Amino acid sequence: MTITDDIVKRHGLAPDEYQRILEMLGREPTLTELGIFSVMWSEHCSYKSSRVHLKTLPTTGARVIQGPGENAGAVDIGDGLAAVFKIESHNHPSFIEPYQGAATGVGGIIRDIFTMGARPIALLNSLRFGPLDEPLVRRTFAGVVAGIGGYGNSIGIPTVGGEIGFDESYTGNPLVNVFCLGIAKADEIIKGVASGAGNAVYYVGAKTGRDGIHGATMASAEFDEKSAEKRPAVQVGDPFMEKLLLEACLEVMKTDALVGIQDMGAAGLTCSTCEMGARGGAGVEIDVSHVPQREAGMTPYEIMLSESQERMLLVVKQGRESEVERIFEKWDLHAVRIGEVTTDGLMRVKSDGEVVAEIRTESLTDGAPLYHRPMTEPAYLTEARRLPSLGAPRPADEVFRRLLLSPGIASKRWVYRQYDHMVRTNTLVLPGMGAGVVRVKGTSRALALSVDGNGRFVYLDPYAGAQLAVAEAARNVACAGGQPIGGTNCLNFGNPERPEIMWQFARAVEGIGAACRALDIPITGGNVSLYNETDGTPILPTPVLGVVGLIEDATMIASGGFRSEGDSILLLGETLDELGGSAYLKVMHGLVRGVPPRLDLQREAALLRLLVKGVSCGLVRSAHDCAEGGLAVALAECCFETGLGAEADVPRVETALPGFRDVSVLFGESASRVLVSVSAGRVAEMETLAAEAGVPVATVGRVGGDRIRIAVGGRAVLDEPLAAAERLWSDAIGNYFESQHATG
Amino acid sequence: MKFAIVVFPGSNCDHDAYHATKHVLGQEAAFVWHKDTSLQGADVVILPGGFAHGDYLRTGAVARFSPIMPAVQRFAEAGGPVLGICNGFQVLLEAGLLPGAMLRNRSIRFQCEHVVVKVECTDTPFTSRCSPDQLLRIPIAHGEGNYYAEPEIVEQLEARRQVIFRYATASGAVTPEANPNGSVRNIAGLCNERRNVVGMMPHPERACELAIGSADGLLLLESAVHSVGQGTFVTTP
Repeated sequence: MTITDDIVKRHGLAPDEYQRILEMLGREPTLTELGIFSVMWSEHCSYKSSRVHLKTLPTTGARVIQGPGENAGAVDIGDGLAAVFKIESHNHPSFIEPYQGAATGVGGIIRDIFTMGARPIALLNSLRFGPLDEPLVRRTFAGVVAGIGGYGNSIGIPTVGGEIGFDESYTGNPLVNVFCLGIAKADEIIKGVASGAGNAVYYVGAKTGRDGIHGATMASAEFDEKSAEKRPAVQVGDPFMEKLLLEACLEVMKTDALVGIQDMGAAGLTCSTCEMGARGGAGVEIDVSHVPQREAGMTPYEIMLSESQERMLLVVKQGRESEVERIFEKWDLHAVRIGEVTTDGLMRVKSDGEVVAEIRTESLTDGAPLYHRPMTEPAYLTEARRLPSLGAPRPADEVFRRLLLSPGIASKRWVYRQYDHMVRTNTLVLPGMGAGVVRVKGTSRALALSVDGNGRFVYLDPYAGAQLAVAEAARNVACAGGQPIGGTNCLNFGNPERPEIMWQFARAVEGIGAACRALDIPITGGNVSLYNETDGTPILPTPVLGVVGLIEDATMIASGGFRSEGDSILLLGETLDELGGSAYLKVMHGLVRGVPPRLDLQREAALLRLLVKGVSCGLVRSAHDCAEGGLAVALAECCFETGLGAEADVPRVETALPGFRDVSVLFGESASRVLVSVSAGRVAEMETLAAEAGVPVATVGRVGGDRIRIAVGGRAVLDEPLAAAERLWSDAIGNYFESQHATG
Repeated sequence: MKFAIVVFPGSNCDHDAYHATKHVLGQEAAFVWHKDTSLQGADVVILPGGFAHGDYLRTGAVARFSPIMPAVQRFAEAGGPVLGICNGFQVLLEAGLLPGAMLRNRSIRFQCEHVVVKVECTDTPFTSRCSPDQLLRIPIAHGEGNYYAEPEIVEQLEARRQVIFRYATASGAVTPEANPNGSVRNIAGLCNERRNVVGMMPHPERACELAIGSADGLLLLESAVHSVGQGTFVTTP
């Protein structure tokens, strides 16, 4: 068959990319080969636009056992154990089919973790949707939440935390980023390599169907009105099959009969085969006629490109085959030998013995195109960073209630109640605010986990906004008492072929790098999701950071909720006149404008150290960072958690906008601020500790009563009954659905 | 004393039950694979939570055909204590060891949260250390926990005092508001006529340590140890 320009174009390959293929092969590719190149060189698999930037991230450190390049990263957590973790996106499929898109996103990241020989113990997710008053958004939201729950609950891995944001730009392009963490023995981590000529290559798991063909290519294109027609490109998840694979693979891994293993995620059999070969410097030969197939008459092209879920590729040591087969049989899984490792460095695909593709494995991986795409500072920035005149502010109590009702700030209980967050009995801090905390059984340690990102800040200043995301995730784990020891990122952006988007991306990666270096958080892996646009309108640029914090003593942790009546409330950090990019501007004025809060990385680092020290010695009884909605919302959240009221008097701030003094103090989102509570008798101790750390501190109030009262510079500005405020906040999201449910 | 924890391929609370009985309670515990046919001389059998065979058909519907089930049946008929938790409860219903069936939650959604249950009877191997009307804070985590039985069966359960746990408010009132899933008469757990087989939707194994939110569930496992120790619930040959 002759490869025409049209065929090349339909595979999403640029003319010069096709030229590169011709040169590498020294001949015209077969259609199967063209399909293989197209998925491996897709943005999703090759990172061709992002790689040059990602290389600048800090990826090493004393605790790093595995950096980027494997199925997941790993850091040393002591006791001979490693935390294996990664975050990954499933944005495009989740718009087309919310339940299955989100479910298979969960399934995919879980496979990445157990593939490394780790038992997954925690899931988190970071989600973005359009405004909930739109029926389409509600359907997407409910479907995504049900899909995440449906998969995680069934396989028995708790979803212990996460965050959700809302903005019009996500209406046609929701974000579903899933983080998974597992625990492995540090010296028994298994990699995705194929080596040792003659070793058998096994296929195990679900049968291959025609689902998901060109999923990776779809994830590398913008959405338009025809996207719904791509529904067959979304896969269907089977958590029970994955549970069998998980248990069987972990059992096989205990035997040391494996050389390497990799799951078949994006680009399916193609990606796993050539990546394992490339990593091991070996060739791999498979015959697709041995691959278990769900449908009759599948072509080699379809088998190689299928993204059917719950499938694994294994390389088994010679002579150990029957041992491995027996374990899979125990779990009613059939491991099928489909080929072997060779020495020629080629990925050779046969069909009934006849060669249908023969490509150097490295041509598909390291040989993929690498782009230094043009970048331009976007024109919108000048205007967007200027705060327009806002008129007179609404009364503080009205703003407070409107913020509590806004879905970005409102309680997410309606969501996390649908996730099993307690299975495995390790969850020390239930979801709701801040980091999720899980203990590590068999040790005295625990891990604090947080995923964070703020698209508004990144839109207004990608460099600063990305730094703020790193800082917030790190601050959240430190509030629980966790020392940040590693990070992973999921970079959600628009079309990189637009210079403005590429500029946002590059600046954000620079920001992440600078923040991670300053806070000593190596990035051990992650995922890039580009082309998040619908009909030419990009999402807010949304890098999401996942940070893992180590807690040495699992009995010394803090959550955000106040603990006892009479405790003193202290504010760590400094409040400045900073409304730029705030939830206040978005909710009350419909604006994403202004300059994001300033971030002093040295001061942030000092704050993190102070928090870890204060929590681990038992001085800090609760800690909660001031993020969306500022100081007033943070204080309210501390109260809601345990039903204890509070009274606070916070210092005044000079403001540029006349009349916005109270608003700025109450709802501004200055960075590096945390509300902590300590026993009344230990305030001086906390103040000394903060002074030594170089962190500004002010004793602002006390816990108690049944109201939330805030004064600014001695003048009362907010006085709300706790119970009523709590009800607004806790029912807000559910109300979008229960009313709809009532009308059918 | 030895607890047998039956492991179906999709069980996912098996490790939690093991941890609770072995490491928290300090008793002997063993996993029993569903394809086995012997309970390995256990004194107490736990059918743990999870999704036994994926449960795409109906929860627990396939599990009752597992090779281990005849042994569980014989153990129960001989008077041995059997506790089915969540999916384990659903398996007991499907296997006919307990009457009734599970429907989807009234909310039509999966629900994971702490609830309060009231202990109705203390003359079972899993409540012997509880006091009558005691309130226990134990989590639920299920999508199909809406217990249903024909009205005459429900009347019979009540008459024979087979309802062991009911969902209640924090102050102990059995009200519609306290019912998380729509179960008939707020039923959270029940026993068989002989009172040695207990099924419950809440997860006591998730409530055995204060560090994870509650230790109330431990009382149920301690009851089993006590009852077997007293010789009140042991298998008769």
